[in-house]
Amino acid sequence: MKSKILISSILIFFSILFSPFLFAQDNQSTVKNETPKEKKYTNKGDNSKCFTCHAHNVIEFKNEKDGKIIKRRMSNNFRIDTVQFYNGNHWNFKCTDCHDSQYGKTPHDGQLRFTDMPKCLDCHGGDPAFAQYKFEQISVEFEKSVHSTKHRAEFSCWSCHDPHTYKINARNKQDVKTTIAYDNSICLSCHADVDKYQLISSKINPNILTKHEWLPNQANHFKNVRCIECHAQRDDSILVAHNIQPKAKAVKKCVECHSKNPVLLQSLYKFKVQESRAAQGFLNSAILTEGYVIGANRNTYLNIFTIIAFACAVLGISIHAYLRSKIK
Amino acid sequence: MSHNKIYLYPVWIRFWHLFNALLCLGLIITGINMQYTSTDFQMFGFVWSVRIHNICGITLSVVYIVFLFGNFFTKNGNFYKVEIKGYVDRLLKQVNYYTFGIFKKEKAPFPISEERKFNPLQQFTYIAMMYLSVPLIIVTGWLMLYPDVLVHRKLGFNVLLLTDLAHICFGFFISMFLIIHVYFCTIGVTKLSSFQSMIDGWHQSHD
Repeated sequence: MKSKILISSILIFFSILFSPFLFAQDNQSTVKNETPKEKKYTNKGDNSKCFTCHAHNVIEFKNEKDGKIIKRRMSNNFRIDTVQFYNGNHWNFKCTDCHDSQYGKTPHDGQLRFTDMPKCLDCHGGDPAFAQYKFEQISVEFEKSVHSTKHRAEFSCWSCHDPHTYKINARNKQDVKTTIAYDNSICLSCHADVDKYQLISSKINPNILTKHEWLPNQANHFKNVRCIECHAQRDDSILVAHNIQPKAKAVKKCVECHSKNPVLLQSLYKFKVQESRAAQGFLNSAILTEGYVIGANRNTYLNIFTIIAFACAVLGISIHAYLRSKIK
Repeated sequence: MSHNKIYLYPVWIRFWHLFNALLCLGLIITGINMQYTSTDFQMFGFVWSVRIHNICGITLSVVYIVFLFGNFFTKNGNFYKVEIKGYVDRLLKQVNYYTFGIFKKEKAPFPISEERKFNPLQQFTYIAMMYLSVPLIIVTGWLMLYPDVLVHRKLGFNVLLLTDLAHICFGFFISMFLIIHVYFCTIGVTKLSSFQSMIDGWHQSHD
């Protein structure tokens, strides 16, 4: 009987102790149950002609003079991953919505490569349907960024956001780790790729690992925060900061994240903060559903308990010491 | 009043105790700085806190292994063995002495001797510290040092968070123990005699 009471007491104690996590979990599960809308593709047929060549490593064409079939490798730059394309944001686009309609003819006219490509704002600018994404504000922030000020001629939205594969991330994903990996892969597509980096800069591509040697627990940081958390100027008006700063202005003070008011709440966890999920008793609870940041997550109840316990101990010792001093 | 001297603390215990105390102190100070640091206030740099905390934590693990070996191979380990029968009564008797008896100038119910280094209350707290809190804080500390080995989420719980909470809780218990331990060390033949005994190895007691 006694053992049953003991086990029940332990279970009740741990249930109360861990209740904040249970609350956090409940809130999370309500968001995860959303079912994706079914897509109705209307341009797959038109695109399939382009993808006959542009979705493959090897292309075949006929030599008109002798009728021989010639095989050539398709350049990586012109090859499209159709799975990613049809899962991306532009999944229902015709290739010729953006590319010149003359690309319908093969072989393509070499001069076509000099035609201007549309920019993000050409479609998304001023359209109330896209107002929530604030493309205009993003454009203003990008213009201020080091990417634009130093490499204006070479740099465009497409340098980071491949329109063939880009998929909106921070706003939809419940798993922050996926957003981190996806967003960091955008930065690394240049900063860890010499060939692509040199399309924009003649400098030697700095080694990311060496440059971040100062960062304690480097691998863990790389997996749990995005590059832009430290390298972009945060902006309250947009969800994802686009004003990439010169390296001298990068965040290097640990306490900017490891403190009561972590900058992560204005960047990586901004969307979660907007959704305002609360884990009871915890400071900066938005972070708790995905991870834990030393210094940023403090339990209010635990803090109060420790202060009271500490005060009681000091008071008890003081009274004991005083009474001891009084005896002769 | 004349005093008896008993050689109770051999060299290895004194060195272990010294390192243990210094490391715990370093860990508590840097731990508080890491947990409660902010852009407005910090005792010293976060990076240094992390570095010192890690170094002290790893060293404490080594020092703890020395303690375990020492207790296993010397008779010091016997002082941590509890005779269960009548233990609660002895514990309450000691608590009663510290709460009331000491002010009535009563004699200590369990005076320190070569056979009994710890009174029942010391036995209880030292076992709780050295065989529960310290090993658990070491294990959770190592897990925090290599968080990748932890399952991120299990049965709906954030395992890393639970590990860290346990680490902080045991850190708090050890901090409280340290304060009370230092105070109780002033209850000796003189206020400094217990501190001196951890330097020269000789425990002083009343006749």
